This record gives sequence, structure tokens and C-alpha cells, in this order.
Amino acid sequence: MTEQSDADVWRRVIDLPSERGSNREVTDDLLTQLKVFGWPPSDVFAVHLAVEEAIVNAIVHGNKLDPAKRVHVECEVSADRVLVSITDEGPGFDPARVPDCTAEERLEAPGGRGVMLMKSFMTRIEYNAKGNSVVLEKRRT
Amino acid sequence: MPTHNRIDATKVGDVTVVTFTDKKILDEAGIQELGAELFSLIERDNRRSIVLNFDNVDFLSSAALGKLITLDRKVKQAQGRLKMCRIKPEILEVFQVTKLNKVFDIRDEQDEAIAAF
Repeated sequence: MTEQSDADVWRRVIDLPSERGSNREVTDDLLTQLKVFGWPPSDVFAVHLAVEEAIVNAIVHGNKLDPAKRVHVECEVSADRVLVSITDEGPGFDPARVPDCTAEERLEAPGGRGVMLMKSFMTRIEYNAKGNSVVLEKRRT
Repeated sequence: MPTHNRIDATKVGDVTVVTFTDKKILDEAGIQELGAELFSLIERDNRRSIVLNFDNVDFLSSAALGKLITLDRKVKQAQGRLKMCRIKPEILEVFQVTKLNKVFDIRDEQDEAIAAF
């Protein structure tokens, strides 16, 4: 794990084991930094939601909880932008093929909302071509 | 009334009002336990009129949404009714984005939710 901090930007790079909850510390640190940089609570909530969904996806669906695999997380926080990239060691997926969770017939499905929530609550989300790495960006509102 | 870890359930007349122990509903084990406790209200305790009061809840993940959807389905299958109230704006936005506000009966205040049965 590396952490770099100056007055303008906080950065952290960490490799997480593929265990549920392994992201707790880095997520808490990220949220603390957003508060240090004066981000409003609604933005802190949005980043929390998106990062939680993305890392759980990486651990559970990407790495399938394989203890031999890691989830690589890079965070960058400044006064007006937060950038988080999350990469797993799984085969990737095509986010365009995730069914629309707001379609009438899927409204009551128990899962499948993570990607939509990430898209809605962040300014930008971008997957790599393989689909095993996502960049989440939020501009301060 | 049975003891729960993740919820508190009190009776107001015929209505069971549920509040949540955790401010953040996100860890998998906690969500599984929460689901089991919510479902037991229907399946074990035969409650049919339930209000979920989210006053204490600051955050919930999509996995928690799944439990709420399953609970809603179980309540409907049992010919019961489920209502939700005191939901913070950010969480309400989660319900709106996912259009679950069309599935769930959401009220502002607990009194209003209870009166709606």
C-alpha cells in the first residue's frame, strides 16, 4: 500500500484480498478524505455507494472470492474531483449486457443494480475493453 | 417479542414498526442476518402489517435493496402490506434511480405510514 498526500491531492494505491469486507479500511479512509477536502454529504454518499458496489463486484463477481487473486484499487481525492480505479483479476464482463434493472419485468429482481447505481451517482464511469477494470470519477457538485 | 440483532420491532396497534440497528447496511453477513430477521416477521411471527422506519439508516448497498425487495414480495404473497418511511434523501434517490419507489409504498412520516393501513 502506498499513500501520498500533499495539500492539494490525497492518493492511495492498495491491493485488497478477495474477501468480503476487505475494502472497509480503504473505503473509510477515502470517505474521511472527502470530508477533509470539504465535500458535501450528498457527494460523500454517492462516492461511498459507487465505490462499495464496484469493489464488491470485483471481489465477488470478478475474482469470485478466490484467495489467490487481488483487487487493485487506486484512489485520488482533491477539492473538486475524486477518481477511483478498481481492477480485478477475473475474466471481465460486458457492462452493456447487464439487463436494465428498471425494466418492468426486472423491477423486483433481487440483484443487478450495482452498475446502474454507479452510473447514476458518479459523473463518469468507464470500463476497460476486457471489463475487469473500472474508473469512477466524481466532480464536486 | 423475539430479540433481534439487526432490527427492533415494536407493535403500534396491529402494525409492526421496524427500525434498524445499523446506520450503514452494507456488510454481507449483516445483510444476510437482516434479511433473516425481516423475513421471520412474516414467516414465523405472522406479522401482516409492517412499517420499515429508516430514520437511523444513513447508507445501504444494493445487496440490502435485494433483501427489501424479497421482503416486499413475501409480504405481498402473505396478503400483508409493507410500508416504508423516514427515508433520507440520498437513499430515496437510490430508490428513485432503481425505480423501486414504484414497487415500495413510501411515506414521509411513521404516523402517516401507520395511518395508511
